[in-house]
Amino acid sequence: MIVAERKPLEQISSMIESNSKVLIVGCGECVTVCSAGGKKEVDILASALNMIRIKESKPIEIRQETLERQCDAEYLEQLRGFIGEYEVVISMACGAGVQFMAEKYKNSLVLPALNTKFIGVTEEQGVWSERCHACGDCKLHLTGGVCPIARCSKSLLNGPCGGSANGKCEISPEVVCGWQLIIERLSDLGQLEKYEEIIPINDWSTNRDGGPRKVVREDLRL
Amino acid sequence: MRLNYPPNVKIIKVPCTGKVDVIHLLQAFERGADGVYIAGCLEGDCHFLRGNLRARKRVEYTKRLLDEIGIGGERLQMYNMSAAQGPRFAEVAREMTERIMTLGPNPIRAKNRKP
Amino acid sequence: MKSESKLEQILTKGEFAVTSECGPPRGADAEVIRKKGEMLKGFVDGVNVTDNQTSVVRMSSISSCVILKELGLNPIMQMVTRDRNRIAIQSDILGAAALGINNILCLTGDHQKFGDHASAKNVFDMDSIQLVQTVKLMRDEGKFLGGEELKGSPKMFIGAAENPFADPFEIRVPRLAKKVAAGVDFIQTQCIYNLPKFEKWMKLVRDRGLHERVHILGGVTPFKSVGMANYMKKSVPGMDVPDELIERMKAAPKEKKAEEGINICIETIQRLRDIEGIHGVHVMAIEWEEMVSEIVKRAGLFPRPHIES
Ligand code: SF4
Ligand code: SF4
Repeated sequence: MIVAERKPLEQISSMIESNSKVLIVGCGECVTVCSAGGKKEVDILASALNMIRIKESKPIEIRQETLERQCDAEYLEQLRGFIGEYEVVISMACGAGVQFMAEKYKNSLVLPALNTKFIGVTEEQGVWSERCHACGDCKLHLTGGVCPIARCSKSLLNGPCGGSANGKCEISPEVVCGWQLIIERLSDLGQLEKYEEIIPINDWSTNRDGGPRKVVREDLRL
Repeated sequence: MRLNYPPNVKIIKVPCTGKVDVIHLLQAFERGADGVYIAGCLEGDCHFLRGNLRARKRVEYTKRLLDEIGIGGERLQMYNMSAAQGPRFAEVAREMTERIMTLGPNPIRAKNRKP
Repeated sequence: MKSESKLEQILTKGEFAVTSECGPPRGADAEVIRKKGEMLKGFVDGVNVTDNQTSVVRMSSISSCVILKELGLNPIMQMVTRDRNRIAIQSDILGAAALGINNILCLTGDHQKFGDHASAKNVFDMDSIQLVQTVKLMRDEGKFLGGEELKGSPKMFIGAAENPFADPFEIRVPRLAKKVAAGVDFIQTQCIYNLPKFEKWMKLVRDRGLHERVHILGGVTPFKSVGMANYMKKSVPGMDVPDELIERMKAAPKEKKAEEGINICIETIQRLRDIEGIHGVHVMAIEWEEMVSEIVKRAGLFPRPHIES
């Protein structure tokens, strides 16, 4: 899933300083799972912003909605009837959702309430961590199913670097060395000989370096 | 047992403090409460195992939100006590009331009062 | 000869090589480099010039190399892949070769988190092994990574670093094998204090015949004080300092601590010379460059062989 985190309240409230009619829209997918922008978080943000504005003697009218998801036009359509009544829309979706809403409602000012962090997993209740950088050319078959790009702080394809110690990355004792994991996995799988194959210099054009990316499936197009 | 506790305390009963969510606490303040405290079972005594521990974490989170909002996290507190500790309940009620008296009214309520 | 490097000639002749290190200053003063260079001149066959080590901004490695070259030293340009993509890397290699630099040490580089610009974007377009491949491709095949031919190949002697003591141990030799397969000519190791462990590593290296395909230079760093020995043991990741060395430093009288550090260093060099497959030493006297001449002399490695250039 895409993992995100709410921006500080102060930043959100300063974005809407001069507005008095605000629509807050949550998203029912990833950001609900990572407790950043689902219905619950919409309620909390609305309540908090409401209190901040009462305190500042600048009352505000807030409407709360949570869509199935914000990255599909059909769900965004559900706002069509009333979005125009609001001066600003605060989207609690990931960066993609915020932008898509802005694209679909050209006359509305759509603001982000979250900081979109990464593609990751729920490691345990309340803990999420990164797994994939969406490099566009998955290499997991070469590295025992552990991503060298997202899980090595230097995205080394032939790691580990000299900074790996006791299984931890040189950047912090809190960060597991991705290459340690790769080597452990390869050895568990009896594939340690794979380690000796040099992974050639990467083609980063499938990554963001190649410019904004797009996937087209002609067979599915209408 | 009849115990005296300040009449300003309004009790809302929940089956377990684990049921209390962040939004409930926020809404209490939004609707004008000057302070809120949660009386959970003693740690280790939760009928649902971890309900009171969860409540404590949510209270901590909400305190930070209240600080960010500018209401002040000290208006919210978690206490643990057993059902048999009536006097403790009354004592906590007085303690909280005193704390709120010093803090003064919830700024939201003060502002929200219709003329 | 693959390159025009004096270091390559010495190693090829079977002489025991000596290299050292020099960190560029945090400013534009060339004198700092010259001073360090003068201290090393005549005592070493090559001087590594670090490339923004620990991600702290310093004078560029290339320009510092040129300053040392002017003094008559043989600079080894360190290059990290942290700050440059393949376009800049290849361009800098050509530029360095044109300026007469004919050794390169290929490194990944410390994460920028350690430095004075922690909010920088890092590059890591390639890793150190791929950098070795890149230099080799340019030198031996006269080609750019993009496949085009280049005119005037950079005659660089290609080095890399290796830490026999880092984790996990089981891949330490395979990792060297990867560097050898990538085309590295010489290896400078991490500081060696734990000789038995190093000998074990070297045995595995010899078992695979790697010592015949690459020149290995053992790294040594003299302790200046007990504090430094402790710091190296506890705070430098991948450093293996046995307790008995710390004890030796502690036991030395106060005014003789530094001397004891030098003694340990010289003994280590003597033992390294006896290990089959060790072709030289890399003396890293961190901010203690003035000691290198003494270490080299006392280790019986002076005078250095004369090479016609
Ligand atoms: S290799 Fe690329 S696609 Fe695969 S997990 Fe890593 S970043 Fe994601
Ligand atoms: S310590 Fe491991 S994860 Fe960190 S940069 Fe080095 S190889 Fe990558």
